Amino acid sequence: MLATIVAALTRPPEGFHAPGTEIFDYTETCLIGSGDLCVTRITFWMLISAVIISVLFVAAFRRPQIVPRGLQNAMESLVDFIRNGIVMEVMGREGLPFLPFLTSLFVFIWVNNLYGIIPGINFPTTARMAIPLFLAVLVWFTFNIVGIAKQGGLHYLKNTLFPPGVPKPIYVLYTPIEFVSVFILRPLTLSVRLTANMMAGHLMLTIFFVATWYLQWKLVSIPVAALSFTLGTLITAFEVLVGVLQAYIFTILTAVYIAGAIHPEH
Amino acid sequence: MTHLLGLLAQVEGDIGAIGKGLVYGLAAIGPGIGIGFLVGKSVEAMARQPEAAGMVRTTMFLGIAFVEALALFGFVLSFIV
Repeated sequence: MLATIVAALTRPPEGFHAPGTEIFDYTETCLIGSGDLCVTRITFWMLISAVIISVLFVAAFRRPQIVPRGLQNAMESLVDFIRNGIVMEVMGREGLPFLPFLTSLFVFIWVNNLYGIIPGINFPTTARMAIPLFLAVLVWFTFNIVGIAKQGGLHYLKNTLFPPGVPKPIYVLYTPIEFVSVFILRPLTLSVRLTANMMAGHLMLTIFFVATWYLQWKLVSIPVAALSFTLGTLITAFEVLVGVLQAYIFTILTAVYIAGAIHPEH
Repeated sequence: MTHLLGLLAQVEGDIGAIGKGLVYGLAAIGPGIGIGFLVGKSVEAMARQPEAAGMVRTTMFLGIAFVEALALFGFVLSFIV
């Protein structure tokens, strides 16, 4: 097994095969189970991320100190960032009940994005549509239920689709557009944004590192391989930024949607 | 013009790849301009009123998220086309 892998890696390649969408497909390799009920590598790491996050939070806040040190300090500044940077900024005081939800969302997406650059895992689990889509559907249910609970079912629909203060004929245009954008496009853009960003990052990393490996076999192409390697390394650093930024954007958009459901637009 | 059409008629093989490139390339034009305007104006606002920088930054990221969605739709569509 090991010998064949080593042989495959040390033999010069025959032809260059550009990586495409097939690098996101792990459905053939089941770790546990088979068929539709199958734990692939992606599912496995996604489940592990939940364990990592739980362990981090429990370890940080099991015996909270008045003067925080070490891990507790780091986790407190993370929660503090979400409280002051997202909840207070977007939703105000009555958004504070949603702080745990938004914090879990942020940390979960962040860890799953970071998988893309951790050696040995090298796959951002959020690059599979299923995970962001599930999160987006969760957010969709959350803001709709909050809207119905805070404003009442009919009031919520009326305030969203027929806001007061708009001239009557405009409703013909306004209501369909608003319906599509609030109830259909919101979860769609939320999930596509995250997926496409992580997919693009993973594709770029794969292309640059595959090209590095392919080009280093001939003396002529070694400078190009070096360039490719440098670019790949820079993009790895860029992916750290993108991972945080996408988690932040996902969380802040969730906060905006929930805030819109709490307070009808005037 | 006829020469160009004649050349195009000779193109064979994987023409879909050109379409994929076109889909993403065209989808990136609008959002590129949009994000340029958006960030430029936000930097201007932050420079004029540094005390409002936090609010401007939050709104800027929101705006970027909305504008960027169009380019990302193009990116995803390029795999479907």
